Amino acid sequence: MTTQLEKNEPGLMAKAVKEGVFAGLIAFGMFLLFVGIETYQDINNQLVWRTRWGLLAIFVAIAAIGRFLTVGFIKPHLDSRKLAKAKSGVLEISDQKSFFHKHFLKIALLFLVCYPFLAMLIFGRQGSLKYVDNFGIQILIYVMLAWGLNIVVGLAGLLDLGYVAFYAVGAYSYALLSANFGFSFWLLLPLAGILAGFWGIILGFPVLRLRGDYLAIVTLAFGEIIRLVLINWTDVTRGTFGISGIAKASFFGIWSFDVGAANNFNKAWGLPSSSVYYKIFLFYVILALCLLTAYVTIRLRRMPIGRAWEALREDEIACRSLGINTVMTKLTAFATGAMFGGFAGSFFAARQGFVSPESFVFLESAVILAIVVLGGMGSLTGIAIAAVVMVGGTELLREMEFLKHVFGPDFTPELYRMLLFGLAMIIVMLFKPRGFVGSREPTAFLKERKAVSGSFTKEGHG
Amino acid sequence: MEYFIQQLVNGLTLGSIYGLVAIGYTMVYGIIGMINFAHGDIFMLGGFAALIIFLILTSFFVGIPVALLLLVMLIVGMLMTGLWNWTIERIAYRPLRGSFRLAPLITAIGMSIALSNFIQVTQGPRNKPIPQLVTDVYHIGALTISLKQILIVVITAILLAAFWFIVHKTPLGRAQRATEQDRKMAALLGVDVDRTISITFIMGAALAAVAGAMYLMYYGVASFNDGFIPGVKAFTAAVLGGIGSLPGAVLGGLLIGLIESLWSAYFSIAYKDVATFGILAFVLIFKPTGILGRPEVEKV
Amino acid sequence: MATGTTMTSNTASNMAGDTLLKVEHLSMKFGGLMAINDFSFEARRGDITALIGPNGAGKTTVFNCITGFYKPTMGMITMRQKNGEEHLLERLPDFDITKKAKVARTFQNIRLFSGLTVLENLLVAQHNVLMKASGFTILGLLGLPAYRTAAADAIEKARYWLEKADLIDRADDPAGDLSYGAQRRLEIARAMCTGPELLCLDEPAAGLNPKESLTLNALLRGIRDEGTSLLLIEHDMSVVMEISDHVVVLEYGQKISDGTPDHVKNDPKVIAAYLGVEDDEVEEIEEKLDKGVIEEGTV
Repeated sequence: MTTQLEKNEPGLMAKAVKEGVFAGLIAFGMFLLFVGIETYQDINNQLVWRTRWGLLAIFVAIAAIGRFLTVGFIKPHLDSRKLAKAKSGVLEISDQKSFFHKHFLKIALLFLVCYPFLAMLIFGRQGSLKYVDNFGIQILIYVMLAWGLNIVVGLAGLLDLGYVAFYAVGAYSYALLSANFGFSFWLLLPLAGILAGFWGIILGFPVLRLRGDYLAIVTLAFGEIIRLVLINWTDVTRGTFGISGIAKASFFGIWSFDVGAANNFNKAWGLPSSSVYYKIFLFYVILALCLLTAYVTIRLRRMPIGRAWEALREDEIACRSLGINTVMTKLTAFATGAMFGGFAGSFFAARQGFVSPESFVFLESAVILAIVVLGGMGSLTGIAIAAVVMVGGTELLREMEFLKHVFGPDFTPELYRMLLFGLAMIIVMLFKPRGFVGSREPTAFLKERKAVSGSFTKEGHG
Repeated sequence: MEYFIQQLVNGLTLGSIYGLVAIGYTMVYGIIGMINFAHGDIFMLGGFAALIIFLILTSFFVGIPVALLLLVMLIVGMLMTGLWNWTIERIAYRPLRGSFRLAPLITAIGMSIALSNFIQVTQGPRNKPIPQLVTDVYHIGALTISLKQILIVVITAILLAAFWFIVHKTPLGRAQRATEQDRKMAALLGVDVDRTISITFIMGAALAAVAGAMYLMYYGVASFNDGFIPGVKAFTAAVLGGIGSLPGAVLGGLLIGLIESLWSAYFSIAYKDVATFGILAFVLIFKPTGILGRPEVEKV
Repeated sequence: MATGTTMTSNTASNMAGDTLLKVEHLSMKFGGLMAINDFSFEARRGDITALIGPNGAGKTTVFNCITGFYKPTMGMITMRQKNGEEHLLERLPDFDITKKAKVARTFQNIRLFSGLTVLENLLVAQHNVLMKASGFTILGLLGLPAYRTAAADAIEKARYWLEKADLIDRADDPAGDLSYGAQRRLEIARAMCTGPELLCLDEPAAGLNPKESLTLNALLRGIRDEGTSLLLIEHDMSVVMEISDHVVVLEYGQKISDGTPDHVKNDPKVIAAYLGVEDDEVEEIEEKLDKGVIEEGTV
């Protein structure tokens, strides 16, 4: 192997240098204006500019050196490894899965149940707030949303770019009904889900005969229409100001988490007054909601309706030839997905205490869809992993205060959150176009349950 | 009546811009069947390129002729966005061609997020206002037409003519049309499909850059999130005209521009985007092939 | 029979002869093109009826009209079930043609759910039965025993057809992983799982090697003997002549011959259509046939 590589080396190096220079030139052209020049407003509010040649040089150098290394070293290395593997003729398939692998779900669940207490133990009462709320609850909301969307996109193969609309319906249902009628969280949670599902049917009915990309665009349009209505229908929604002071969820009506209430949870249990107990309670609520979503999804997949969803994703015309009413099947998928979005929305409203149209922009839909696709469509485990990586990873940036010491005090890592999110979406797709978990578990079997490789499953046409 | 005609003129101007962006969507969709979600952000990049060129030129050459200034803004913007779109296609879309259908859509959405945030990070999140470039205004009765409106419509018309010529009369255009019809067959017959697709991306980006520069000239302000709403509107235009059809994209753009300005004038400005999205939904539901699109027959 | 949804061969032969599918004055226009022009034929219960004709004659269009994927411009398609129920197929939406009128079909270019396993493909085909048993999902979610029995029955029915189609060993593999011939058989087995009285096959032997072709013939005969009538489009004359009881020939959207395989294969119009002779040469061939110059059965 090595001799072969060495023989190629002179030509290879020349090629690598050439490619590197080329990449540098391209990068120079691309970044010359946007990185090399900075525009800003001076004291007179006049737009002026200054140069940033140093930064531009860094960008160009990264592109050139990166390309050089890729062509000259990384790619030959990977190729030779692939070749060696092919030569040895042994496929790396081991039936012996590690203990961790086999019991992954149980371990994960156990960890989640203990998580708030672990956080309290390690970071103290106030310190844990961040970990329970920003990481725990935040990620679980996205897990639930992505699992809900997974029914529509991953199982039924209907590309929905406006999923956030149902999240908004759920959140506003809770906010408005609780503010105007004083209904409790536990009454409004199912109600918000039903309302969102109902909206799913209303919006779904006209659009579901569309295919693929067209469906995606119409759902995007509906999502935006709902957001614009929320902004402009100020009499009811208070427009961009949003609705604040939304009632907190109570402990099944027994204890309240309002500080002034007589049956305050902390007082009743003799706990010091801190919002962390409410957050922990919310953590378990969203965990339970996630588990409900997972349970329903797993059950539905083994029912005729779930199989019809997956069949629909594979081939709609064949479905119709087998006597399946595809419109009804699509509607149920759409409504079921919307319902879980509604649950998550009402939970979101209760947790934030505040809703505004800002939270329901298209970007949210894109993030949720990205999580579903990155996780591997249809795979609950993969999607949960994707949510942890993508949402947790970007949340982590907020915590990276030490970067200020590296890049100077003006550096705000949060600014780079969405930039990195976008880049991560691209990179994961390039390396794993089928997502983290590409295979599919069959829903029934005669002799043995074999996972279906991702190369056979289709992604739906509408 | 004058008011109505005034709105028509405004709508036409806006529609020209949407039409130019819509061509990029429609060509890419036609040739590789993918919604290039990042195209709206390419349009935004074009606007920023024009803005930065404008700042540099006006600070070095005080009193530079406006025509020259505009020309340089357009040309540099076209080159710059062309380069960007070429690179984006190479890095993010080409490796996924022919794989899982959702993968390029996701990378395109990721690219859109990355591009707008890239500009936010490098150029700052605030709106960037520039002084009026072209201030001449003509009065015809009660009607007011500004020179910039005329410029926008004229430049659009010239570009469309050039574009039409390229697509219908040159070997490159023939290669594009062949690739659009059947990529595999075109490749077998010696069409360099990769190169053709690359050039399509560059051409779409160049038109978007012009649209971005004109958008900047028209509104006098640029912002990092300018890509999304005009992008979706331009896509609506492409769909309305019949996706894959070049004249359709322009027609759709003009219609969207007209609808938007007339709706704002006679109904409500607040709901003008709702009108656009509503039309998008309406067209797709009742005539998914658009006005000039070819009907798609379901093959059993 | 494990399921009892189709009748046994005995009763089928008793009922053989009555009309199952009646197509009357069917016309289908695509834009200005008359794909089917005033086409009528009947398929009898218990028969294997073959629809043949040169390329572009409109066979698949007829199929798509019968199975509801196209709405005919004109004409009436009546399906008469064993229990006497009659359905006008041109008025039913495509999925109801399978669900209510009990007409199932396969496709010229195989349409399997390639990412589902072979078994799952057959379970999807029993959707309507299972939906009812699961109380439209709601009762099934609660895990009621009625659904569990129905699900077990469905698997039994699937097993029965897997054995018939010789796919039992591949039951847990993805459908997309099967060989071409196996995919053809699976598609037929899947259509049979909907419990049809009429099975429409669009070129079932296309692309099969001779051995696979033989297995297919056996499978089709088996299906007929169990009481399901067949209507098939086929190019492979050996298949048509060997297994069909009744042949209808279509050319340019019109019927040119109708009868037993022997009758059709000696019909000069059919010979002309297949050999592509001019109209005035048809008579010439007729004469030659009379004189015995062309041997019967060479076409």
